Amino acid sequence: MLTKLYHSPVGKKVVTGITGIALTLFVLVHMTGNLAFFADETGEAYNRYSHFLTHQLGLLFYAIEIVLLLIFLLHLSIGVNIWLGKRRARPRPYDTYRTAGGPSRQTVSSRSMVLTGVIVLAFTVWHLVSFKYGTYYDSPPYDGVGVIRDIALLVRERFATPLYGIGYPAVMLLLAVHLRHGVWSAFQSLGAVRPAATPAVYGAGTLVGIAIGIGFLVLPLAIFFQFV
Amino acid sequence: MAHSMRINLKIWRQAGPDAPGRFETYAVEEANPHMSFLELLDVLNEQLIKEGKEPVEFDHDCREGICGSCGLVVNGVAHGPQKRTAVCQLHMRHYGDGDTIVVEPWRATAFPLIRDLVVDRSAFDRIMAAGGYVSVSTGNAPDANAVLISKVDAELAMDYASCIGCGASVAACPNASASLFTAAKVAQFAHLPQGHPERRRRVRSMVETMEAEGFGDCSNHAECEAVCPKGISISAIATMRREYMKAVLSGSD
Repeated sequence: MLTKLYHSPVGKKVVTGITGIALTLFVLVHMTGNLAFFADETGEAYNRYSHFLTHQLGLLFYAIEIVLLLIFLLHLSIGVNIWLGKRRARPRPYDTYRTAGGPSRQTVSSRSMVLTGVIVLAFTVWHLVSFKYGTYYDSPPYDGVGVIRDIALLVRERFATPLYGIGYPAVMLLLAVHLRHGVWSAFQSLGAVRPAATPAVYGAGTLVGIAIGIGFLVLPLAIFFQFV
Repeated sequence: MAHSMRINLKIWRQAGPDAPGRFETYAVEEANPHMSFLELLDVLNEQLIKEGKEPVEFDHDCREGICGSCGLVVNGVAHGPQKRTAVCQLHMRHYGDGDTIVVEPWRATAFPLIRDLVVDRSAFDRIMAAGGYVSVSTGNAPDANAVLISKVDAELAMDYASCIGCGASVAACPNASASLFTAAKVAQFAHLPQGHPERRRRVRSMVETMEAEGFGDCSNHAECEAVCPKGISISAIATMRREYMKAVLSGSD
């Protein structure tokens, strides 16, 4: 039944919608966690939060990682599959094509979902390599936990470089562009949007996109421009 | 008094399904603002016949916006710039003297081109045959009010039933998806008690046929609703998805 769902035109949308909402919730939690960086001058709160995730959750942490990886792969494979399908369904494009406007939600966001999605994914890999698998600095000894990883120092170091200081915010803007169509689309894919609620859900999706974008932007920009 | 105007047309010409196609440019000198778009093509065809050339083939029937036969992509928009009308109800008053209009057929693998601007939309018939019907008991006609239905459901079912199967939703969809067409019928019957006996089988079968015919997947661009001559809402697609999930998860026919 699951493979049938994966291949059916409706099942694809439902799976994309559910995984999309899960990924949105994940980035919301991640973004909120990042803000721990601003909790104190030394980065202790940030390091403790990171230590809590990686060392104090036990097996749950690995379970979450595996589920997230599966969600990412499902979301990506269906997205690419839909994109490839559109070329089969219309091999010869129109000479002239434009949106009719009005109730249409066709925008730069909706037309570039595969592009923005793949860039965000490629970025995620780079991001894991830079931080999770990046340099291991020892923190000063903290009460209760002793010496743990000083991830705050690594973050500070990375975001001071132009590639990260500018590249990261740029990708976060693309994520906001992706979510502008994605959040609304997920609910429509699950059959959860009534016509009267469409503008509200679309607006809320755009706001979530912007909020996540800004939430992720403040940390690198603050470090790059030496506010913290 | 309608003044005449010159309209330039850039039209897709293709002699047959496998023949190479190309754009040809024509000028209609004596167009007038009261003409419908199809009447403009009629005038062009008269002109071409007089010149001993092949007229441009296009589908049409009622020319009143209700039969679903006509359909052209006009300057990049299915059925042209006017909302909630088929191209037969688009009038030349929306254009100015000297305008150039690009005219293309519906483009989709599932709608193979027959000639010029005519495409084969029988894929829609096969989607309908897969489940777009209700069981009809034989015998005397039942009493008119024997089956109760709420006003809201009756109205919603009528909104979805207004689909004329023109194919504009497929033509305008960036993915060439037939979701709005299929969903309109599924949603219509989902709101009617008469539709319930085949409810689950219908949605599964119609969705599977839609896929097998080579239509693309929906990306929720909602472009279909914007070009639909009947303004059918994409809430039909949301309903189809709920119906489909219920049918698949229940596992029954």
